[in-house]
Amino acid sequence: MDQWNRIKSRWRGKSSVMDGFKDILALLPYTGPFLFVDNLESISENRVEGSYRFREDEFFYKGHFKGNPVTPGVILTECMAQIGVVCLGIYLLSEKASEEMQIALSHNEVDFYKAVYPGETVRVFSEKEYFRFNKLKCKVKMLNEKGEVVCKGSISGMIVPQAI
Amino acid sequence: MTTEAIYTKLLPIVQTYLPEDVVVDQVSPDSDLTQELNINSAHLVDIILDVEDEFDVEFANEDMENLRTMNDAIGIIQQKLS
Repeated sequence: MDQWNRIKSRWRGKSSVMDGFKDILALLPYTGPFLFVDNLESISENRVEGSYRFREDEFFYKGHFKGNPVTPGVILTECMAQIGVVCLGIYLLSEKASEEMQIALSHNEVDFYKAVYPGETVRVFSEKEYFRFNKLKCKVKMLNEKGEVVCKGSISGMIVPQAI
Repeated sequence: MTTEAIYTKLLPIVQTYLPEDVVVDQVSPDSDLTQELNINSAHLVDIILDVEDEFDVEFANEDMENLRTMNDAIGIIQQKLS
């Protein structure tokens, strides 16, 4: 509980916003090569903004496509889900978030507009539609460095504080 | 509202979220929503949200924990309406 009071105060405390972001990132249940969050720029009860740079040596470029590396749509969707739904979910769970929590994607509907090539940085913007009975539904969009919409849609996930 | 009246309004809501391989004829008052009708936990939340709109009631976390079957849903709705 001490740890959680600390994190909660960090999240709410304006003087140490960056530390709060770090605590959220530390609780993400992913690691390389399947972690697609570098930074959180802002987070609140209703929205989150974060970014990720697709490294030139990401594992999937070798096969997608042969001799022509392009970020797969499922990976863009994953990146939007990790920033837009999971990071926001951890923030909303607040002191109930822990390494025990269980998360699962339940629905996604995404339209794609632009390709993302190795080395590009994308920004993800997500807005909460609702968070009830452990289901978080968000409207999410991804922009490239030029500010063009790469993809956008709706993503929902179940975020349960501990195994049941 | 009678049990039958609630069931009649509840059935089309549940039907919306049934997997393709489950037909509405398989639904009975005793049907277990997740175990028998194969509704996933996210769609169970969708059903609750639709029920809240349809019956103008609000479910609490405890209601969700007690919700297994169609009959459970009817019981909770009746209790909220009374």
